[in-house]
Amino acid sequence: MPFPALSLHGLRKAYGDVIAVDDLDLEVLPGECFGLLGPNGAGKTTTIEICEGLTPPDAGEVLVLGERWGRGSSHLRERLGVSLQETQFSEKLTVTETLELFRSFYRKPRPLEDVLASVQLGEKRNGRVGQLSGGQKQRLALACALVADPELFFLDEPTTGLDPQSRRQLWDLIDGVKRAGRTVVITTHYMEEAERLCDRVAIVDHGKVIALGTPRHLIAALGAQHFIEFSIGEEQPSLTDADLLRLDGALSIRRQEDSYLLESAQAHRTIPALLVLLGARGLQLARLRTHSATLEDVFVHLTGRTLRDG
Amino acid sequence: MAERPRRWAERPLARLVQVRILEFLREPEAIFWTFLFPVLMTAGLGIAFRSRPESPSKIAVLAAAPAAAETVKRLEGNPLVAAALMDDSAAARALRTGKIALVVVPRTDDNLEYRFDDTRPDGAAARRIVDDALQRRAGRADPILVSETRIQERGSRYIDFVVPGLLGMNLLGSGIWGIGFSVVDARRKRLLKRLVATPMPKAAYLASFIISRLALLVLEAGLLIAFGMLAFGVPMRGSVGTLLLVCLLGSLAFGGLGLLVAARPRTIEGASGLMNLAMVPMWVFSGVFFSSTRFPQVIQPFVQALPLTAVNDALRATMLEGATLAQVTPELAIVAAWMVGTFAIALRIFRWQ
Repeated sequence: MPFPALSLHGLRKAYGDVIAVDDLDLEVLPGECFGLLGPNGAGKTTTIEICEGLTPPDAGEVLVLGERWGRGSSHLRERLGVSLQETQFSEKLTVTETLELFRSFYRKPRPLEDVLASVQLGEKRNGRVGQLSGGQKQRLALACALVADPELFFLDEPTTGLDPQSRRQLWDLIDGVKRAGRTVVITTHYMEEAERLCDRVAIVDHGKVIALGTPRHLIAALGAQHFIEFSIGEEQPSLTDADLLRLDGALSIRRQEDSYLLESAQAHRTIPALLVLLGARGLQLARLRTHSATLEDVFVHLTGRTLRDG
Repeated sequence: MAERPRRWAERPLARLVQVRILEFLREPEAIFWTFLFPVLMTAGLGIAFRSRPESPSKIAVLAAAPAAAETVKRLEGNPLVAAALMDDSAAARALRTGKIALVVVPRTDDNLEYRFDDTRPDGAAARRIVDDALQRRAGRADPILVSETRIQERGSRYIDFVVPGLLGMNLLGSGIWGIGFSVVDARRKRLLKRLVATPMPKAAYLASFIISRLALLVLEAGLLIAFGMLAFGVPMRGSVGTLLLVCLLGSLAFGGLGLLVAARPRTIEGASGLMNLAMVPMWVFSGVFFSSTRFPQVIQPFVQALPLTAVNDALRATMLEGATLAQVTPELAIVAAWMVGTFAIALRIFRWQ
């Protein structure tokens, strides 16, 4: 077992009566992309800011790259790349001036050109930060974390509020960081983001880890793997539940207005069986959609709430 | 990416100072308020209070009075008086609104009445001037022969008094606004927190504000003093070195005060209140527009302990009286005490998040 890049033990933090982090344990391995997942207010940001040495915990042990935070931890900061939630950089400076400022803080900064190229801001190098789009600003924030060429990245909600295209661009950037063998700790409340990026995730709710594992395992643990959603044209005789539950692999059936939601353990067997059934009855398929169970389904299953409920 | 000794310009402090100055120069409003506004204010005050020969007193002679026309004729040709005929109600209104200083009511050839407000200096003066003129025309002989020599000394005019005051006020304002708003804005935007997450030396961050202020100070003070000297002939009797030292220490003390008011607030609104709390008493008490010695004796210890009072006194002593460094040392000691005290407290209570 390799030495963990980050290890949290019995972490607690309260703000007045509000317990933000409640006895939290975590280990992140080197080279891993680890996701902290949960609704707003779950304690993700408090946890990550404790890891970044910005907020002292009330109790518990924090080991970052094997070290504790304390006086004179600036050498530890040399090894970390941080992107905070909602940092606004000075709007009157250019991209280059902002990056040069951050480069000056590190003993061994990456060359400016490399950083600009890796976040695709080369064309905007002389543009004022105030003129950048939301996606470009987030890429600049990531670039400020990249200038140090750090071993460990903490990215707090890096894609919140971005349009889908900007979000995908940022995912590609984070993929690049992962390929370079760096460790990434990312918080998000987007399940698809966690599934796309993370090797392992911890689902956090009310300051506690309520599930931990690879996205695939967490989903598999739900039992159900797939959902088949279909509807048949109007004015056709309807199907009975019994008809559908007899299909190969079918687990349960739910009716939603004009469509059916069929839960299946083995979609590759259930779908052909469904088509055969429809053919035999002479029914026409109006719509057919399948989706795999997602981390969202896992969260709903564990908490009874959706993530957007907060 | 071998580690190499970095050039000075690539070090955190140099970059931070560069960023401060760029941010300032790219804010046209800040440039106006820091550089142009004090000059405009000096120009305005200089013109409003310019020294000039006294203009003739405007007075009225009551038109309905028996010897009215004759009285006006007797005052004609006197450069100190401009007399006009008015009826009773017009004269009363003009006197009440300050358009004239005196109403003369000639009852007969040798019986006059003066109507004026004796609490107004121009009323009493007009009474004396008109009375002298009329008495002499009526045959009064003055037994003593008098001649006049008029002297206007540079350095004793209002503009000479007010330019050092404006300079001091400007140093205070740019120290507190320039530093206070930037720091609180960076805290509000979470930029401060982001910077703390890097290995940036915190002292370098705070020092960058002070150093950039000092760099801009040379421009700011130089422009105002040069304008006062060229446009109004404000004297510069002491050494430029002493003056610079006063400005430098003053700026450091006000910069410390700026850091102190910005040490805690998370919002611009919260910071504004503290800034006003720091600045308004000094605008009033520290002798910007009128001498601080006008305040009663009991509050003088408070007035004299204010950093702006010390800076203004030292600036005036240097510029107008040619005071040496040794002579302004007591004032500089007060300023230095403020500098050390504000920095020490600001650093202790500074909120980085």
